[in-house]
Amino acid sequence: MSQTDQQASLDGQATATSPARPAGPPSVTGEPAIQITDVSKTFGKGQSATVALDGVSLSVAPGEFVCLIGASGCGKSTLLSLVAGLDAPTSGTVSSGGRRVAFMFQEPALFPWYTAAQNVALPLRANGVGRKQRQERVRDLLESVHLGGFADKRPHELSGGMRQRVALARALAQDAEVLLMDEPFGALDAMTRDLLHELLEGIWRRQGFSVLFVTHEVREAVRLGDRVVLLSSRPGRVLEDFSIEIERPRGIDSGQTVERALQIKAKLNEEVLRHVG
Amino acid sequence: MSADTESANTEQAAAITGLDNLETGPGDGAKRTPGELGGKVWRALWPKVLAIAIVVGLWQLVYALKVKPHDILPGPGQVLPALWDQLGHGQLWQAIGTTLRRAVIGFALALVIGSLVGLIVARVPPVRAAVGSMITGLQTIPSVVWIPFAIILFGNNTTAILFMVIITAAPSIANGLIAGVDFTPPLLMRAGRSMGLRRFALYRDLVMPAALPPFVAGLKQGWAFAWHGLFAGELLVIVPNSPSIGVLLSSDQDQTDIVGVISIMIVILVLGVAVDILFNVLNESIRRRRGLAAAPSTSRGWRLSAGVAR
Repeated sequence: MSQTDQQASLDGQATATSPARPAGPPSVTGEPAIQITDVSKTFGKGQSATVALDGVSLSVAPGEFVCLIGASGCGKSTLLSLVAGLDAPTSGTVSSGGRRVAFMFQEPALFPWYTAAQNVALPLRANGVGRKQRQERVRDLLESVHLGGFADKRPHELSGGMRQRVALARALAQDAEVLLMDEPFGALDAMTRDLLHELLEGIWRRQGFSVLFVTHEVREAVRLGDRVVLLSSRPGRVLEDFSIEIERPRGIDSGQTVERALQIKAKLNEEVLRHVG
Repeated sequence: MSADTESANTEQAAAITGLDNLETGPGDGAKRTPGELGGKVWRALWPKVLAIAIVVGLWQLVYALKVKPHDILPGPGQVLPALWDQLGHGQLWQAIGTTLRRAVIGFALALVIGSLVGLIVARVPPVRAAVGSMITGLQTIPSVVWIPFAIILFGNNTTAILFMVIITAAPSIANGLIAGVDFTPPLLMRAGRSMGLRRFALYRDLVMPAALPPFVAGLKQGWAFAWHGLFAGELLVIVPNSPSIGVLLSSDQDQTDIVGVISIMIVILVLGVAVDILFNVLNESIRRRRGLAAAPSTSRGWRLSAGVAR
């Protein structure tokens, strides 16, 4: 994305695919952080084969926050696995241009035998960061998710929201330029979730990585995303690409957010009703 | 950063801290008082004491009913004083020392061999297909069946007895490790791979810790089998000049000293129970570290006093 595009979006004249983030850090290069081109993914073979994704193309600019929404069976999670390289597409290409990619799951997926600090230290250790530097980074990371005082607690001693924050710190420890999030706040209560939205938004705006965020909650998508991409179900295709130009910080219950969410929800309902027959 | 966002940040931090405090509740890190510790020991001990008392009582009853003549089946009144007397002599302690040394050395070797074999079988699919079920097959061979093989291969010596311990214990240990490796949760595997854990780090940080509980279960089972193999060895492999528990037992048998036989059996039972307690402590500490054990006060919910005092 070029500077002029950025300017255009600031003026509110953005096209459907161009990101708008009035308050975010400026993008550095024109090359997308994630480029998904005509990707299809089929599970199984023959009669029982399921087409999870069918010709999906999507790009995420550096520093952009993109939310993927869709009803069940739209292959949202499959798409994330493909970007993370945990799975390979049946056809098409997925590229993150050699950028480091971090993944956050719906469950915290912390190692129960390690403390919060040891969990956050794992990716640092895997990247060969020295012991002393590691300890400092871990302290800073836990501090950034407001868990400085819980370094020596094991996952089972923490609440769901705290565990998910440890998982966020662990993802940040990977120094990734792309953060993939698969319904990370889906299991949390509304109050905790709202606070984590703020926390995530703050960290993202300071650090400027790209986010591809999967959710089934339209309001959450509108609250967080520069763009909200609606996928169809069985097979998953990109139905529509909404650009969200509401000024940040946004409230999940603010009039603008709710209004925009209702528009998108109407489209989502149309898609779900298509599967009635 | 502007003053505005900064104050928003502190507000956010405060809200998060408030929620955290509500969710984690009061700290449970309070130190135990000596009285509480004593209570804990007593709670763990009284069922065992009661069980022993019941067994001794039944034994005395059978003795008093004269089911068998008193010189063939003596009562606790003969055996327990005789055992007490033996505990005052060096010979029994020396025998216990010899036997336990063999058990520990044999089990340590079985641990190394079983773990190596288990790891190779778990990691290499063709090896697993080839020998996976053979390991379980080895477990089903009764330990005495190995005796002729051990004596011919090694002769009447300590090596033959150690071989008995290893061959009976190693399959269980290997099987425990194989089962453990299979139990690595797929989600943690995905998480581990996505954060760049590879090869050695993947095993050190994920596969091995995940495998620990089934592995400890395998160790415990391996120990039980080793105990079988050890006494089969000590009773049937005659090693000159080394008084062991097995030797004491067979010499008591030769002299038809039933009091001595029962005394030694009690010693064997007590040693077995003691080792079982050690394994349970290990197991419990792993469970507690991973949040699988409830808090001590609720895990033993049933108490003798529950129906009386409250």
